Amino acid sequence: MRGYINKNQFIDLLKDGMVISVGGFLTNGTPEKLIDYVVESNVKDLTIICNDGGYEDKGVGKLIVNNQVKKLIASHIGTNPYVGKLMQENHIEVELVPQGTLAERIRSFGAGLGGVLTPTGLDTIVEEGKRVIEVQGNKYLLEEPLSSDLALIGGAINDKYGNLRYSQTMRNFNPVMATAAEIVVVEPLETVDVIDPENVITPYPFVDYILVGEDNE
Amino acid sequence: MNEKEIIASRIALELNDGDLVNLGIGIPTLVADYVPTDKFVTFQAENGIIGLGSLTEDETNIVNAGGMKATILTGGAFIDSITSFTFIRGGHIDITVLGALEVDQEGSIASWIIPGKKVPGMGGAMDLVTGAKKVIIALTHTNKGQSKVLKKCRLPLTAAHQANMIVTEMAVMRVEKDGLHLLEVHPDYTIEDVIKATEADLIINNVERMKGV
Repeated sequence: MRGYINKNQFIDLLKDGMVISVGGFLTNGTPEKLIDYVVESNVKDLTIICNDGGYEDKGVGKLIVNNQVKKLIASHIGTNPYVGKLMQENHIEVELVPQGTLAERIRSFGAGLGGVLTPTGLDTIVEEGKRVIEVQGNKYLLEEPLSSDLALIGGAINDKYGNLRYSQTMRNFNPVMATAAEIVVVEPLETVDVIDPENVITPYPFVDYILVGEDNE
Repeated sequence: MNEKEIIASRIALELNDGDLVNLGIGIPTLVADYVPTDKFVTFQAENGIIGLGSLTEDETNIVNAGGMKATILTGGAFIDSITSFTFIRGGHIDITVLGALEVDQEGSIASWIIPGKKVPGMGGAMDLVTGAKKVIIALTHTNKGQSKVLKKCRLPLTAAHQANMIVTEMAVMRVEKDGLHLLEVHPDYTIEDVIKATEADLIINNVERMKGV
Protein backbone atom coordinates (compact mmCIF):
# COMPACT_ATOMS: atom_id res chain seq x y z
CA MET A 1 0.00 0.00 0.00
CA ARG A 2 1.23 3.50 -0.86
CA GLY A 3 -0.99 5.24 1.68
CA TYR A 4 -4.14 7.09 2.50
CA ILE A 5 -5.69 9.53 0.11
CA ASN A 6 -8.31 12.25 0.48
CA LYS A 7 -10.87 13.47 -2.01
CA ASN A 8 -8.63 16.04 -3.71
CA GLN A 9 -5.68 13.67 -3.98
CA PHE A 10 -8.01 11.11 -5.53
CA ILE A 11 -9.35 13.61 -8.06
CA ASP A 12 -5.72 14.43 -9.00
CA LEU A 13 -5.31 10.81 -10.15
CA LEU A 14 -8.13 11.14 -12.71
CA LYS A 15 -7.53 11.86 -16.40
CA ASP A 16 -9.66 12.09 -19.53
CA GLY A 17 -9.78 8.83 -21.48
CA MET A 18 -8.93 6.61 -18.51
CA VAL A 19 -10.01 2.99 -18.26
CA ILE A 20 -11.65 2.58 -14.84
CA SER A 21 -12.90 -0.70 -13.41
CA VAL A 22 -15.52 -0.43 -10.69
CA GLY A 23 -16.40 -3.17 -8.23
CA GLY A 24 -19.95 -4.05 -7.24
CA PHE A 25 -22.96 -6.01 -8.47
CA LEU A 26 -26.05 -3.91 -9.16
CA THR A 27 -24.24 -1.35 -6.95
CA ASN A 28 -23.93 -3.75 -3.99
CA GLY A 29 -20.25 -3.25 -3.10
CA THR A 30 -19.77 -0.26 -5.39
CA PRO A 31 -17.74 2.65 -3.90
CA GLU A 32 -20.34 5.42 -4.26
CA LYS A 33 -18.21 8.24 -2.84
CA LEU A 34 -15.37 7.58 -5.28
CA ILE A 35 -17.88 7.64 -8.12
CA ASP A 36 -19.30 10.93 -6.86
CA TYR A 37 -15.77 12.35 -6.95
CA VAL A 38 -15.28 11.14 -10.53
CA VAL A 39 -18.57 12.88 -11.39
CA GLU A 40 -17.34 16.05 -9.67
CA SER A 41 -14.01 15.94 -11.55
CA ASN A 42 -15.98 15.81 -14.81
CA VAL A 43 -13.20 13.85 -16.61
CA LYS A 44 -14.43 12.68 -20.01
CA ASP A 45 -14.19 9.82 -22.50
CA LEU A 46 -13.90 7.16 -19.83
CA THR A 47 -13.99 3.46 -20.49
CA ILE A 48 -15.81 1.83 -17.57
CA ILE A 49 -15.54 -1.86 -16.73
CA CYS A 50 -18.27 -2.97 -14.33
CA ASN A 51 -20.56 -5.96 -13.94
CA ASP A 52 -23.55 -3.83 -14.94
CA GLY A 53 -24.64 -0.29 -15.82
CA GLY A 54 -25.91 0.38 -12.29
CA TYR A 55 -28.94 2.60 -11.90
CA GLU A 56 -29.44 6.13 -13.21
CA ASP A 57 -28.82 7.56 -9.73
CA LYS A 58 -26.50 4.90 -8.33
CA GLY A 59 -23.19 3.23 -9.11
CA VAL A 60 -21.50 3.73 -12.48
CA GLY A 61 -24.91 4.85 -13.76
CA LYS A 62 -24.10 8.30 -12.34
CA LEU A 63 -21.05 8.59 -14.64
CA ILE A 64 -23.12 7.47 -17.63
CA VAL A 65 -25.91 9.96 -16.90
CA ASN A 66 -23.24 12.68 -16.60
CA ASN A 67 -22.07 11.73 -20.13
CA GLN A 68 -18.53 10.92 -18.99
CA VAL A 69 -18.45 7.42 -20.43
CA LYS A 70 -17.33 6.70 -23.99
CA LYS A 71 -17.39 2.94 -23.61
CA LEU A 72 -18.99 0.57 -21.11
CA ILE A 73 -17.81 -3.02 -20.75
CA ALA A 74 -20.45 -4.91 -18.71
CA SER A 75 -22.56 -8.05 -18.57
CA HIS A 76 -25.92 -6.38 -18.00
CA ILE A 77 -27.38 -2.92 -18.61
CA GLY A 78 -31.09 -3.57 -18.07
CA THR A 79 -31.33 -1.65 -14.79
CA ASN A 80 -30.19 1.62 -16.32
CA PRO A 81 -32.48 2.73 -19.19
CA TYR A 82 -30.22 5.71 -19.87
CA VAL A 83 -27.53 3.36 -21.22
CA GLY A 84 -30.02 1.96 -23.75
CA LYS A 85 -30.99 5.49 -24.77
CA LEU A 86 -27.35 6.54 -25.31
CA MET A 87 -26.73 3.32 -27.26
CA GLN A 88 -29.64 4.04 -29.62
CA GLU A 89 -28.23 7.53 -30.20
CA ASN A 90 -24.71 6.13 -30.70
CA HIS A 91 -23.43 8.24 -27.84
CA ILE A 92 -21.95 5.29 -25.98
CA GLU A 93 -20.27 2.09 -27.05
CA VAL A 94 -21.35 -0.93 -25.02
CA GLU A 95 -19.43 -4.20 -25.05
CA LEU A 96 -21.63 -6.85 -23.46
CA VAL A 97 -19.60 -9.68 -21.97
CA PRO A 98 -20.95 -12.82 -20.26
CA GLN A 99 -20.51 -12.30 -16.54
CA GLY A 100 -18.17 -15.24 -15.96
CA THR A 101 -16.12 -14.28 -19.00
CA LEU A 102 -15.87 -10.72 -17.71
CA ALA A 103 -14.55 -11.94 -14.36
CA GLU A 104 -12.09 -14.35 -15.98
CA ARG A 105 -10.81 -11.78 -18.50
CA ILE A 106 -9.96 -9.50 -15.59
CA ARG A 107 -8.46 -12.37 -13.64
CA SER A 108 -6.31 -13.42 -16.59
CA PHE A 109 -4.69 -9.99 -16.78
CA GLY A 110 -4.15 -9.91 -13.03
CA ALA A 111 -2.61 -13.38 -13.14
CA GLY A 112 -0.38 -12.62 -16.14
CA LEU A 113 -2.21 -14.98 -18.49
CA GLY A 114 -2.81 -14.46 -22.20
CA GLY A 115 -6.57 -14.76 -21.85
CA VAL A 116 -8.97 -17.58 -21.19
CA LEU A 117 -10.56 -20.33 -23.25
CA THR A 118 -14.26 -20.79 -22.58
CA PRO A 119 -17.23 -22.45 -24.28
CA THR A 120 -19.48 -19.62 -23.02
CA GLY A 121 -20.66 -17.61 -26.02
CA LEU A 122 -19.94 -20.24 -28.69
CA ASP A 123 -22.49 -20.09 -31.55
CA THR A 124 -23.75 -16.69 -30.36
CA ILE A 125 -23.07 -13.02 -31.18
CA VAL A 126 -20.33 -13.14 -28.53
CA GLU A 127 -18.28 -15.38 -30.83
CA GLU A 128 -18.07 -12.75 -33.59
CA GLY A 129 -14.49 -11.65 -34.32
CA LYS A 130 -12.97 -14.12 -31.86
CA ARG A 131 -10.72 -17.10 -32.40
CA VAL A 132 -12.20 -20.53 -31.78
CA ILE A 133 -9.58 -22.94 -30.46
CA GLU A 134 -9.95 -26.68 -30.07
CA VAL A 135 -8.46 -28.31 -26.99
CA GLN A 136 -8.88 -32.02 -26.14
CA GLY A 137 -11.60 -32.25 -28.76
CA ASN A 138 -13.69 -29.40 -27.37
CA LYS A 139 -14.22 -25.96 -28.89
CA TYR A 140 -13.49 -22.81 -26.91
CA LEU A 141 -13.55 -19.07 -27.52
CA LEU A 142 -10.35 -17.18 -26.86
CA GLU A 143 -11.26 -14.29 -24.59
CA GLU A 144 -8.52 -11.73 -24.10
CA PRO A 145 -7.23 -10.21 -20.85
CA LEU A 146 -8.85 -7.05 -19.56
CA SER A 147 -7.07 -4.43 -17.45
CA SER A 148 -7.68 -0.91 -16.25
CA ASP A 149 -5.73 2.21 -15.36
CA LEU A 150 -7.64 2.58 -12.14
CA ALA A 151 -9.74 0.19 -10.06
CA LEU A 152 -12.30 1.56 -7.63
CA ILE A 153 -12.93 -0.93 -4.85
CA GLY A 154 -15.86 -0.89 -2.42
CA GLY A 155 -17.57 -3.02 0.19
CA ALA A 156 -14.30 -3.47 2.05
CA ILE A 157 -13.10 -3.47 5.62
CA ASN A 158 -9.43 -2.47 5.69
CA ASP A 159 -6.73 -2.73 8.33
CA LYS A 160 -3.83 -0.35 8.91
CA TYR A 161 -1.61 -2.39 6.57
CA GLY A 162 -4.07 -2.08 3.70
CA ASN A 163 -5.35 -5.66 3.84
CA LEU A 164 -9.00 -6.05 2.93
CA ARG A 165 -11.88 -8.29 3.68
CA TYR A 166 -15.36 -7.65 2.35
CA SER A 167 -18.81 -7.28 3.81
CA GLN A 168 -21.23 -10.06 2.85
CA THR A 169 -22.12 -10.10 -0.88
CA MET A 170 -20.23 -6.85 -1.49
CA ARG A 171 -17.21 -8.97 -2.36
CA ASN A 172 -18.29 -9.90 -5.95
CA PHE A 173 -15.95 -8.32 -8.54
CA ASN A 174 -13.92 -6.29 -6.03
CA PRO A 175 -11.10 -8.79 -5.26
CA VAL A 176 -10.42 -9.63 -8.91
CA MET A 177 -10.51 -6.01 -10.04
CA ALA A 178 -7.91 -5.19 -7.37
CA THR A 179 -5.49 -7.53 -9.18
CA ALA A 180 -5.75 -6.03 -12.66
CA ALA A 181 -5.30 -2.25 -12.45
CA GLU A 182 -2.38 0.16 -12.56
CA ILE A 183 -3.72 1.98 -9.49
CA VAL A 184 -6.11 0.47 -6.94
CA VAL A 185 -8.13 2.80 -4.71
CA VAL A 186 -10.36 1.51 -1.92
CA GLU A 187 -13.31 3.25 -0.32
CA PRO A 188 -13.69 1.31 2.92
CA LEU A 189 -16.91 0.75 4.82
CA GLU A 190 -14.96 0.41 8.02
CA THR A 191 -11.35 0.40 9.26
CA VAL A 192 -9.98 -2.01 11.85
CA ASP A 193 -6.54 -2.36 13.43
CA VAL A 194 -5.52 -5.74 12.00
CA ILE A 195 -7.41 -8.35 9.99
CA ASP A 196 -6.65 -11.93 11.00
CA PRO A 197 -4.34 -13.26 8.23
CA GLU A 198 -6.72 -16.20 7.76
CA ASN A 199 -9.51 -13.78 6.84
CA VAL A 200 -7.66 -11.46 4.45
CA ILE A 201 -9.26 -11.62 0.99
CA THR A 202 -7.22 -8.92 -0.77
CA PRO A 203 -3.67 -8.76 0.65
CA TYR A 204 -2.18 -5.27 0.94
CA PRO A 205 0.32 -5.51 -1.97
CA PHE A 206 -2.69 -5.31 -4.33
CA VAL A 207 -3.85 -2.05 -2.72
CA ASP A 208 -2.42 1.38 -3.57
CA TYR A 209 -4.60 3.90 -1.80
CA ILE A 210 -7.35 3.92 0.80
CA LEU A 211 -9.76 6.81 0.88
CA VAL A 212 -9.96 8.57 4.22
CA GLY A 213 -13.29 9.98 5.34
CA GLU A 214 -13.81 13.72 5.04
CA ASP A 215 -13.62 13.99 8.83
CA ASN A 216 -10.08 12.55 8.80
CA GLU A 217 -8.63 14.80 6.11
CA MET B 1 -52.50 -21.56 -9.34
CA ASN B 2 -51.67 -19.01 -11.98
CA GLU B 3 -49.41 -19.77 -14.98
CA LYS B 4 -46.22 -18.81 -13.18
CA GLU B 5 -47.09 -20.85 -10.10
CA ILE B 6 -47.87 -23.91 -12.22
CA ILE B 7 -44.49 -23.66 -13.94
CA ALA B 8 -42.58 -23.07 -10.71
CA SER B 9 -44.28 -25.85 -8.75
CA ARG B 10 -43.68 -28.38 -11.53
CA ILE B 11 -40.01 -27.47 -11.85
CA ALA B 12 -39.54 -27.82 -8.08
CA LEU B 13 -40.19 -31.57 -8.50
CA GLU B 14 -37.04 -31.81 -10.65
CA LEU B 15 -34.79 -30.74 -7.79
CA ASN B 16 -33.08 -33.60 -5.98
CA ASP B 17 -31.92 -33.90 -2.42
CA GLY B 18 -28.40 -32.47 -2.20
CA ASP B 19 -28.55 -30.47 -5.44
CA LEU B 20 -26.78 -27.14 -5.90
CA VAL B 21 -29.19 -24.96 -7.89
CA ASN B 22 -29.08 -21.54 -9.50
CA LEU B 23 -32.42 -19.86 -10.20
CA GLY B 24 -32.76 -17.01 -12.67
CA ILE B 25 -34.86 -13.88 -12.30
CA GLY B 26 -38.66 -14.03 -12.77
CA ILE B 27 -40.57 -17.33 -12.79
CA PRO B 28 -37.44 -19.33 -11.83
CA THR B 29 -37.14 -17.41 -8.55
CA LEU B 30 -40.57 -18.78 -7.52
CA VAL B 31 -39.28 -22.37 -7.72
CA ALA B 32 -37.67 -21.95 -4.28
CA ASP B 33 -41.16 -21.59 -2.73
CA TYR B 34 -42.15 -25.10 -3.86
CA VAL B 35 -39.17 -27.23 -2.85
CA PRO B 36 -40.51 -30.18 -0.82
CA THR B 37 -39.51 -29.91 2.83
CA ASP B 38 -37.95 -33.38 2.81
CA LYS B 39 -35.36 -32.32 0.24
CA PHE B 40 -32.23 -30.37 1.12
CA VAL B 41 -31.46 -28.12 -1.82
CA THR B 42 -28.78 -25.42 -1.80
CA PHE B 43 -29.30 -22.29 -3.85
CA GLN B 44 -26.41 -20.41 -5.37
CA ALA B 45 -26.68 -16.78 -6.45
CA GLU B 46 -24.11 -15.70 -9.02
CA ASN B 47 -23.36 -12.42 -7.28
CA GLY B 48 -21.69 -14.50 -4.58
CA ILE B 49 -23.77 -16.67 -2.26
CA ILE B 50 -23.81 -20.37 -1.54
CA GLY B 51 -26.89 -20.99 0.59
CA LEU B 52 -29.16 -18.15 -0.48
CA GLY B 53 -32.10 -17.67 1.88
CA SER B 54 -35.29 -15.67 1.51
CA LEU B 55 -35.80 -11.96 0.81
CA THR B 56 -35.71 -9.57 3.72
CA GLU B 57 -36.63 -6.01 4.65
CA ASP B 58 -33.92 -5.86 7.31
CA GLU B 59 -30.78 -3.76 7.01
CA THR B 60 -28.14 -5.92 5.32
CA ASN B 61 -25.32 -5.86 2.79
CA ILE B 62 -26.58 -9.14 1.34
CA VAL B 63 -28.36 -9.01 -2.01
CA ASN B 64 -29.47 -11.73 -4.42
CA ALA B 65 -28.58 -11.79 -8.12
CA GLY B 66 -31.48 -9.45 -8.80
CA GLY B 67 -30.05 -6.88 -6.39
CA MET B 68 -32.79 -7.46 -3.80
CA LYS B 69 -32.01 -7.65 -0.08
CA ALA B 70 -31.77 -11.27 0.97
CA THR B 71 -30.52 -13.61 3.67
CA ILE B 72 -27.93 -16.38 3.81
CA LEU B 73 -28.63 -19.73 5.46
CA THR B 74 -26.56 -21.15 8.30
CA GLY B 75 -23.64 -23.04 6.81
CA GLY B 76 -23.60 -20.84 3.71
CA ALA B 77 -20.71 -18.90 2.23
CA PHE B 78 -19.99 -15.57 0.59
CA ILE B 79 -17.81 -15.94 -2.48
CA ASP B 80 -16.31 -13.60 -5.04
CA SER B 81 -17.28 -13.53 -8.73
CA ILE B 82 -14.35 -15.77 -9.72
CA THR B 83 -15.38 -18.52 -7.29
CA SER B 84 -19.02 -18.03 -8.20
CA PHE B 85 -18.32 -18.60 -11.89
CA THR B 86 -15.97 -21.45 -11.07
CA PHE B 87 -19.07 -23.12 -9.63
CA ILE B 88 -21.13 -22.14 -12.67
CA ARG B 89 -18.66 -22.75 -15.49
CA GLY B 90 -16.87 -25.69 -13.95
CA GLY B 91 -19.92 -27.94 -13.91
CA HIS B 92 -20.53 -27.71 -10.16
CA ILE B 93 -24.13 -26.49 -10.48
CA ASP B 94 -26.52 -29.44 -10.73
CA ILE B 95 -29.50 -27.54 -12.10
CA THR B 96 -30.10 -24.07 -13.41
CA VAL B 97 -33.59 -22.78 -14.06
CA LEU B 98 -33.80 -19.81 -16.39
CA GLY B 99 -36.46 -17.86 -18.20
CA ALA B 100 -36.27 -17.27 -21.95
CA LEU B 101 -37.87 -15.31 -24.76
CA GLU B 102 -37.63 -18.32 -27.08
CA VAL B 103 -36.46 -21.91 -26.88
CA ASP B 104 -36.33 -24.43 -29.70
CA GLN B 105 -36.59 -28.17 -30.36
CA GLU B 106 -32.79 -28.42 -30.58
CA GLY B 107 -32.41 -26.99 -27.07
CA SER B 108 -31.16 -23.60 -28.20
CA ILE B 109 -32.14 -20.67 -26.01
CA ALA B 110 -32.70 -16.94 -26.68
CA SER B 111 -33.06 -14.75 -23.61
CA TRP B 112 -30.91 -11.63 -23.64
CA ILE B 113 -31.58 -9.36 -26.57
CA ILE B 114 -34.35 -8.18 -28.90
CA PRO B 115 -32.30 -6.32 -31.49
CA GLY B 116 -33.37 -2.73 -31.95
CA LYS B 117 -35.82 -2.96 -29.06
CA LYS B 118 -34.39 -4.21 -25.85
CA VAL B 119 -30.81 -5.03 -24.96
CA PRO B 120 -30.60 -5.89 -21.26
CA GLY B 121 -27.49 -8.02 -21.70
CA MET B 122 -26.77 -11.64 -20.86
CA GLY B 123 -25.58 -11.21 -17.29
CA GLY B 124 -24.63 -14.69 -16.11
CA ALA B 125 -27.14 -16.54 -18.32
CA MET B 126 -24.68 -17.62 -21.04
CA ASP B 127 -22.31 -19.02 -18.42
CA LEU B 128 -25.13 -20.79 -16.56
CA VAL B 129 -26.67 -22.56 -19.55
CA THR B 130 -23.25 -23.57 -20.82
CA GLY B 131 -21.84 -24.77 -17.50
CA ALA B 132 -24.70 -26.25 -15.47
CA LYS B 133 -25.25 -30.02 -15.58
CA LYS B 134 -28.98 -29.66 -16.27
CA VAL B 135 -30.71 -26.66 -17.82
CA ILE B 136 -34.45 -26.19 -17.29
CA ILE B 137 -36.16 -23.42 -19.23
CA ALA B 138 -39.20 -21.88 -17.54
CA LEU B 139 -41.47 -19.81 -19.75
CA THR B 140 -45.06 -19.22 -20.69
CA HIS B 141 -45.99 -21.29 -23.73
CA THR B 142 -47.04 -18.37 -25.92
CA ASN B 143 -46.69 -14.61 -26.14
CA LYS B 144 -49.77 -12.84 -27.58
CA GLY B 145 -50.78 -16.12 -29.22
CA GLN B 146 -47.35 -16.73 -30.74
CA SER B 147 -45.51 -19.88 -29.70
CA LYS B 148 -42.29 -19.42 -27.74
CA VAL B 149 -41.36 -23.08 -28.27
CA LEU B 150 -39.97 -22.97 -31.79
CA LYS B 151 -38.41 -25.14 -34.47
CA LYS B 152 -35.47 -22.77 -34.44
CA CYS B 153 -34.91 -19.64 -32.34
CA ARG B 154 -35.19 -16.43 -34.32
CA LEU B 155 -33.67 -14.08 -31.74
CA PRO B 156 -29.89 -14.07 -31.10
CA LEU B 157 -28.94 -17.07 -28.99
CA THR B 158 -27.87 -17.28 -25.38
CA ALA B 159 -26.46 -20.72 -26.23
CA ALA B 160 -27.01 -23.47 -28.76
CA HIS B 161 -28.17 -26.98 -27.76
CA GLN B 162 -28.02 -26.46 -23.99
CA ALA B 163 -31.64 -26.75 -22.75
CA ASN B 164 -32.51 -30.17 -21.34
CA MET B 165 -36.07 -29.54 -20.24
CA ILE B 166 -38.77 -26.99 -21.03
CA VAL B 167 -41.63 -26.33 -18.62
CA THR B 168 -44.60 -24.11 -19.51
CA GLU B 169 -48.06 -23.70 -17.99
CA MET B 170 -49.31 -26.19 -20.62
CA ALA B 171 -46.65 -28.85 -20.82
CA VAL B 172 -43.37 -30.45 -19.83
CA MET B 173 -40.99 -31.21 -22.70
CA ARG B 174 -37.57 -32.83 -22.85
CA VAL B 175 -34.90 -32.20 -25.47
CA GLU B 176 -33.38 -35.43 -26.75
CA LYS B 177 -31.03 -36.20 -29.62
CA ASP B 178 -33.98 -37.21 -31.81
CA GLY B 179 -36.00 -34.09 -31.01
CA LEU B 180 -38.40 -32.56 -28.51
CA HIS B 181 -40.48 -35.03 -26.52
CA LEU B 182 -43.81 -34.06 -25.01
CA LEU B 183 -43.84 -35.69 -21.57
CA GLU B 184 -46.66 -34.12 -19.59
CA VAL B 185 -49.70 -31.95 -20.26
CA HIS B 186 -51.52 -29.79 -17.70
CA PRO B 187 -55.07 -31.13 -17.03
CA ASP B 188 -56.62 -27.87 -18.30
CA TYR B 189 -55.34 -28.66 -21.80
CA THR B 190 -55.40 -31.51 -24.29
CA ILE B 191 -52.48 -32.83 -26.29
CA GLU B 192 -54.12 -31.19 -29.32
CA ASP B 193 -54.12 -27.82 -27.52
CA VAL B 194 -50.41 -28.17 -26.86
CA ILE B 195 -49.63 -29.13 -30.46
CA LYS B 196 -51.62 -26.12 -31.70
CA ALA B 197 -49.77 -23.74 -29.38
CA THR B 198 -46.35 -25.14 -30.26
CA GLU B 199 -44.36 -24.28 -33.37
CA ALA B 200 -41.77 -26.96 -32.62
CA ASP B 201 -42.29 -30.52 -33.81
CA LEU B 202 -43.25 -32.61 -30.80
CA ILE B 203 -42.45 -36.29 -30.44
CA ILE B 204 -45.43 -37.85 -28.71
CA ASN B 205 -45.33 -41.28 -27.10
CA ASN B 206 -46.48 -41.66 -23.53
CA VAL B 207 -47.90 -38.36 -22.36
CA GLU B 208 -48.80 -38.07 -18.69
CA ARG B 209 -50.83 -35.61 -16.64
CA MET B 210 -48.59 -32.79 -15.41
CA LYS B 211 -47.13 -33.76 -12.03
CA GLY B 212 -47.44 -31.56 -8.97
CA VAL B 213 -50.54 -29.64 -10.05
